Amino acid sequence: MKQFGGPAIFLDRDDINTDEIIPAKYLTEISKTALKPHLLEDLLLDGIPYDRQSEKSQEAQVVVTRANFGCGSSREHAVWAFEVNDINIVIAESFARIFRQNMFNCGILAVEFRKDQLDQLFGMEGDIFISVDLEKCELTGFSNLDSQDSLVFQFQLNQFDQELVSAGGWLAYADTNY
Amino acid sequence: MGKTIAEKIFEAHLRDKPSPENMVLNLDVVMCHEITTPIAIIDLMEKGMDQVFDKTKIKAVIDHVTPAKDSKTATQGKIMREWAKRHDIKDFFDIGANGVCHALFPEKGFVRPGYTVIMGDSHTCTHGAFGAFAAGVGTTDLEVGIYKGVCSFRAPTTLKINISGDLRLGVVAKDVILAIIKSISVNGATDKVIEFTGTVVDSFTMSSRMTLCNMAVEAGATCGICLPDRVTAEYLWPFIQSDYPTIDAAVEDYKKYHSDPDASYSDIIEFDISRLTPQVTYGYKPDLVKDVKEMEGTPVDQVYIGSCTNGRIEDLRDAATILQGRKLAENVRGVVTPATPLIYTMALEEGIIKTFMDAGFCVLNPTCGACLGMSAGVLAEGEVCASTTNRNFNGRMGKGGMVHLMSPFSTAAAAVTGVITDPTKFLS
Ligand code: SF4
Repeated sequence: MKQFGGPAIFLDRDDINTDEIIPAKYLTEISKTALKPHLLEDLLLDGIPYDRQSEKSQEAQVVVTRANFGCGSSREHAVWAFEVNDINIVIAESFARIFRQNMFNCGILAVEFRKDQLDQLFGMEGDIFISVDLEKCELTGFSNLDSQDSLVFQFQLNQFDQELVSAGGWLAYADTNY
Repeated sequence: MGKTIAEKIFEAHLRDKPSPENMVLNLDVVMCHEITTPIAIIDLMEKGMDQVFDKTKIKAVIDHVTPAKDSKTATQGKIMREWAKRHDIKDFFDIGANGVCHALFPEKGFVRPGYTVIMGDSHTCTHGAFGAFAAGVGTTDLEVGIYKGVCSFRAPTTLKINISGDLRLGVVAKDVILAIIKSISVNGATDKVIEFTGTVVDSFTMSSRMTLCNMAVEAGATCGICLPDRVTAEYLWPFIQSDYPTIDAAVEDYKKYHSDPDASYSDIIEFDISRLTPQVTYGYKPDLVKDVKEMEGTPVDQVYIGSCTNGRIEDLRDAATILQGRKLAENVRGVVTPATPLIYTMALEEGIIKTFMDAGFCVLNPTCGACLGMSAGVLAEGEVCASTTNRNFNGRMGKGGMVHLMSPFSTAAAAVTGVITDPTKFLS
């Protein structure tokens, strides 16, 4: 089974929409890999364009963000843009329904944490690495500054979402079951 | 325990319950457009699964960028065209017969009370206006819908919004839904169905109900839904004549879908619109809404009238009432796109197209066009657009542009003054 986790980036804003994750002008692409260079191209944090070219951003495999992530357009391109950039898990306080479904449909994780848990993650110093134990539904955040500084959280996955991840997505699941 | 309309529709379409929270539903209609469908088609082909579950239940259109603007969009159209031909999909609307999906498909009578509908488009919630469960989905859900005719959803919870009061002059469905989104916020209805009820909804035409349901997703809702009644039956009559002896019989039958009096809701909101004045968005989120009066005087560079929210004949008529005998203000570009060929034809016959042209508007063919910043009316950095569309996200109509969402009345008022303007002063 697929491994989840890796270096994390933090997008500290509510309501990040799918137009910001991948602008409409790239929706004319008919291959997922063509989306790769354009991830988060129109994202503003505190009114300032997000620096997606930074080394940290390029290396990220985990996104930690706030409430109502992925709202707006239904474009699955937003999920694919993460997928082709090797991002395999998004952690947020809440997700827009279509985005969350698209994540699990592609066999990747959208995990919800409480606000106070997210505050703790956001509060960690240094570069953060996230590891996930899917069997135990356990997520650990490590800091590069202090090997003692780690945070462990339990999370909940809907049983069906978990099955989709195990099956490798909704198409494979539906093909077998319906 | 009674059931809501959404629960009744779910029950009637239940195919499987893969977990206590999830329900896999049989689908009555799978709608497709050229932006999200080609990747699904290609993926199915690559996996040796290039089939459609029922060619009569698939409705397809090229609407977002039409005519094609470049080789890439031309290829998207080509993939759709060849796929429709290969599978003998009769309800495929290509150039000359195409229009904005959520305006075109209802006009063809494809959506009926009690139906389940999906499309790879977030504004699929528009079709809930007919008493259907209609939800926007991503490409994978669409792909499975095309291939197997099913889609999975969490069991529905419903938020009921009961709208009452008398609408003031110049206040229309768009103002009502903007005020609702402001009050419940952009995720006030996430994972929920919004059931719109009350005397205001009862008095709304299908066009106004579609405007209301169209923006339900802007509050995070899975679907907006109106209870099917005489207005619904009269609209659908040309298509349901062979199913019912009379309109009365259809109205009576539709009652079976109505929510039971003891149905349970996550919340019930009473919304009195008697004091509501024209509304407008500011900033980059659709819940950032003010009274037009508070924004008066804000200069605009372009006005855009069209889209699945407000590109129907009623909307064009509203705008034309203000544009009649007036001209676009200096330095304002006007773009109008009737949402379907039928709407275009009606607008021509009613002289509305002439009114727009005399005012100095550019009249486009039916298309999504500038609504999502892909073609035909994209904004430059720093430009401002008064628009009848549904999203004001950063970059939505062009990188660095600002979109103010408002009604067709308010947009027309901005067109002739060059600044955001309360439209009521032009109405009597
Ligand atoms: S008009 Fe705009 S919102 Fe409606 S379907 Fe087209 S792009 Fe989407």
